[in-house]
Amino acid sequence: MVLWHIQSFPAMPGQKFGPAWFPGLIAAGLVLCGALLVLSGWRSGEALLTRPAWMSERRAATGVVAVVAGILFYVVAVDRLGFHVTGVVLLAVWIRLLGASWRVTALVAPVATLAIHFAFYKALRVPLPWGVFERWAF
Amino acid sequence: MSGVLAQAFTLVFDPYVLWVIVASALFGLFVGAVPGLTATMATALLVPVTFFMPPVPAIASIVTATAMAIFAGDIPSCLLRMPGTPASAAYTDEAYAMTKKGQGELALGSGLWFSMLGGLFGTAVLITAAPSLAEVALKFSSFEYFWLVILGLASAVFLAIGNPLKGVVSLLLGLLVSAVGLDNPAGFPRFTFGNAELAGGLTLIPIMIGMFAVSEILRSVSRIAEPWEMAQAKIGNVLRGMWGLTRRYPWQFVRGSIVGTAIGALPGAGADIAAWMSYAVSKRFSREPEKFGTGHIEGIIEAGASNNSALAGAWIPALVFGIPGDSITAIVIGVLYVKGLNPGPTIFMNNAPAIYAVFLVFILANLLMLPFGIAAIKAAKQMLRAPREVLLPVILLFCIVGSFAINNSIFGVVLMLAFGIVGYVMEENGFPVAPAILGMVLGAMLEENFISSMIKADGHILAFFERPIAGSLGVLALAVLAVTLVRRLLAARRP
Repeated sequence: MVLWHIQSFPAMPGQKFGPAWFPGLIAAGLVLCGALLVLSGWRSGEALLTRPAWMSERRAATGVVAVVAGILFYVVAVDRLGFHVTGVVLLAVWIRLLGASWRVTALVAPVATLAIHFAFYKALRVPLPWGVFERWAF
Repeated sequence: MSGVLAQAFTLVFDPYVLWVIVASALFGLFVGAVPGLTATMATALLVPVTFFMPPVPAIASIVTATAMAIFAGDIPSCLLRMPGTPASAAYTDEAYAMTKKGQGELALGSGLWFSMLGGLFGTAVLITAAPSLAEVALKFSSFEYFWLVILGLASAVFLAIGNPLKGVVSLLLGLLVSAVGLDNPAGFPRFTFGNAELAGGLTLIPIMIGMFAVSEILRSVSRIAEPWEMAQAKIGNVLRGMWGLTRRYPWQFVRGSIVGTAIGALPGAGADIAAWMSYAVSKRFSREPEKFGTGHIEGIIEAGASNNSALAGAWIPALVFGIPGDSITAIVIGVLYVKGLNPGPTIFMNNAPAIYAVFLVFILANLLMLPFGIAAIKAAKQMLRAPREVLLPVILLFCIVGSFAINNSIFGVVLMLAFGIVGYVMEENGFPVAPAILGMVLGAMLEENFISSMIKADGHILAFFERPIAGSLGVLALAVLAVTLVRRLLAARRP
């Protein structure tokens, strides 16, 4: 059993709440439940942390890492590079990593990015950033 | 009344709305049929798009897509032994066993036929129960609402499959998230760490997209190496024998629909738990329980009707009290607020045409399920061949842009990622996600009603039981909590 939630405890006490009862109550409840979980986990004698099976499998593990890293990359890069460059790059990397051929990747990445561009930017008027393509914006 | 109905008809039978319904139906069927993409995920993905629509088509698209997705989840259950949505998981083995015996048409057909009937049953209950409940709810004060919320939260924990303690933890985490920001009775910034983005509170939609879509993508990616194999390639007439089954198992269908509607209406549990419960009930009361698990149709009928009726049942508390009946309506409530259709008892007076339009859409969506479902079953082979390695990245980019679009802020994407990882880790370790969502949606309501009740009562706890309805709700809520606790203790005693 993984008792990951315990790490969230130290952040809670010592805050200056206006109406403090609500988060205070929640914090108390979490401490209590955490203690009970630790107790039952300790009694059942299972390992504190278990590695999920996919970690030992290369294709799956790279996929999971790529998903998380890719979203972070989008957050950092989108304003500078613009949605279109970031979108194509991300899609290409993801599709290729998950095992599609180069031909499929080269076709899908730009087409899907354009499709999302038309759906959101044109039809729904979401201001997706243009980044380096600013002066060719359409 | 008839004037309102006529208005509702013109709202629904508008070419644009009908177009939206058809498009959402196709979307829902596809999402439901592909394992790893769920009905809740379909809703979360629809929200950024519905954001820009008028209220009725926005709600219509969600209603239609979810109804179709819950049915379509049965298709890969029969053909691949993989539930398309968690709601079909209860009878996946059963349905697959039927296909193995050469009864694939029968399994698929009864999934479709009883999904439709169950959906219509749930809709009928929704239409009759919601307005009358609303009249009672008009008299509610903050005391009643406080207990109602507590009751909802308690039943969410009560119904959590497996470990109720983990349900509580999940719920508390959700409540904690709802406490972030300025939006509390005292207007004091909590947990903002001086960050302006946090001061407004955490926006729910990116969180939902994270918890239901991104975490689901992470799960699919981590299992991408497992191949899919079809058990049966050619599918004949699926409706043959349905009338006979309906006459042979009427009681199973009605019982499934009643259980489904009730579970759906209880906060925190939706179509998936309804299906598990109904399957268990069906086995328990069957005249031939030994046949269950070997490819027997009875449980599929009952659970298939149950999961679709749960969908409509969940809307009852959502519309009347603003308390979501399942994770789909948890998202819907957010959409309702954005569209100015604030849920609560007064919605039936202030927005009657729109609400009746929603009811009409429910009926329409369930009727459309028959022709669309047959087409989907015929096209199952092509749909299930859709390459996951292409599909998942495109959905992911769609999620990113969708989270961004809600506030046009990159912070939404950060939230989505964070809660995607949290949701994935929680599910993998047996912490149910539904209570957390419920906590986030209801946190503000709980606190507000508690504080104003406390102020009215001048700090006397007993005042919470003084009004008759509040008192009975309070006792009921405490009873549910007590039963959960006792059950837990008994389970601990018995190793």
